[in-house]
Amino acid sequence: MNQGIYKILINHEIAKDVYEMILMGDTSHITAPGQFINIQLDGFYLRRPISVCDYNKDTITLLYKVVGAGTEKMAAMRSGQELDCLVGLGNGFDTSLSGDHPLLIGGGIGIPPLYNLCKKLVSEGKTPTVILGFNTVQDIFYVQDFKELTPNVCVATADGSFGVKGFVTAIIEKLNDYTYFYTCGPEAMLKAVYDTTKSSGQLSFEERMGCGFGACMGCSCETKYGNKRICKDGPILVKEEIIW
Amino acid sequence: MVDMKVNLSGVVLDNPIIPASGTFGYGEEFKEFYDINILGSFSFKGTTKEPRFGNPTPRIAECVEGMINSVGLQNPGIEKVISEELPKMKQFFHKPVVANISGFSIDEYVYCCEKIDKEDQVGIIEVNISCPNVHNGGMAFGVDPKNAYDVTKAVKEVTTKPVYIKLSPNVTDIVSIAKACEEGGADGISMINTLLGMKIDLKTKKPVIANKMGGFSGPAIFPVAVRMVYQVYDAVKIPIIGMGGVATAENVIEMMLAGATAVQVGAQNLVDPFACKKIIEDLPGVMEKYGINSLSEIIGGAH
Repeated sequence: MNQGIYKILINHEIAKDVYEMILMGDTSHITAPGQFINIQLDGFYLRRPISVCDYNKDTITLLYKVVGAGTEKMAAMRSGQELDCLVGLGNGFDTSLSGDHPLLIGGGIGIPPLYNLCKKLVSEGKTPTVILGFNTVQDIFYVQDFKELTPNVCVATADGSFGVKGFVTAIIEKLNDYTYFYTCGPEAMLKAVYDTTKSSGQLSFEERMGCGFGACMGCSCETKYGNKRICKDGPILVKEEIIW
Repeated sequence: MVDMKVNLSGVVLDNPIIPASGTFGYGEEFKEFYDINILGSFSFKGTTKEPRFGNPTPRIAECVEGMINSVGLQNPGIEKVISEELPKMKQFFHKPVVANISGFSIDEYVYCCEKIDKEDQVGIIEVNISCPNVHNGGMAFGVDPKNAYDVTKAVKEVTTKPVYIKLSPNVTDIVSIAKACEEGGADGISMINTLLGMKIDLKTKKPVIANKMGGFSGPAIFPVAVRMVYQVYDAVKIPIIGMGGVATAENVIEMMLAGATAVQVGAQNLVDPFACKKIIEDLPGVMEKYGINSLSEIIGGAH
């Protein structure tokens, strides 16, 4: 965990209400894909937790959707402005369990943390299959970016305006040769993925947070392995521990 | 060289800054950010007889200059706190800690306080009779002078360490509750707990918090806390630990002028994990600016 000031290099809309923000600063505290950062915004008391889409030595890429006043404020920020961030929060995905052919399933604004995960899995010599679900064609982002990492990328839209018509589960049902799964998206999708997948896997959860670093217990959930704080012991939980 | 030492019923603190219960866990999360031995002390997570998960989520909502929580006293229970959390804490915190205890009956308060009183690491026992987030629980004791008196008296009978009673602001007359605690033998008063609040989401048109209501804290409540500390200081002789929206060294001075001997910092730790460190570092400069040589000399100075 690190608190630092991060400079905005890029902040632009890449799909309907979805923005890509690239921050410059210390990334040495990010230890795994699927972690998040917590951003302080002028005029808002609590920080905004946003998952890390990608990072390298001195930049962090975030993809976020404008859903309220805080993200609206973020969307209005310009290159050169600075943000106070807590970086390297949460447990992140564990790639050691993936096997050779892991399945990555992302829904909407849950997709971003899977990007760096995909990169890492590929760098470890694995061949991931990626399934991305969106509501409609205007919502689509990062499909090309994933395709540059792995040839196996399928897209589903709920209204059929792009790719396969329907939900991600329709695609999962047809697959048999995956060794493990990783998923992030709306809770209803997570549950459907949990029910459809035949392997073990890891699911990234969301909850309203106070601090983001485990102090307030605001975002706790009950699991088969005991109470866990989504911000500190999560946001990634393994399939076997989840209680719906 | 300014003097920041304060004395809480014989427990001398290097400075008056104490992170408030429920915002600092058992210290572990913050030791990753800074050496927490710079603190005066800290008040650990509200602990009950039985382990508790607390209330359903969502249990956090944001407000202007503050937040609402309905965590509902999630904690591992007194036995585990003593067998696991305290020994862990001993490795990284070497000062007397404030043990925050909650209960759902006088028997539970007595049970937990008697146990925690025997722990060497504990300097002060802070009895929370004011959690707004538990039904039939803590708050019932904090809203009635007779009950507040009974809890205080029962706890005092089984303890040797200073007992501070943590009061709720959600009452008509906080002075009468404070006086009842003093009559019951309390060594001090901690005040204020959170204000009962609600946040409604305009999109769903329903309360954000699953429990609907929760405790409102943060800088927005600071003037309410100062006013109440001021009123109680006039009415009791025992020391007060003041809290409620404290976020800066200036706030600390203001709270002490109102009548606080020490000051707790709560919600601010959650938005800025370095909040207490910054306050402690800022205090000498702010004291100098206002011509203060010794913090203990300004307690109640506004009266």
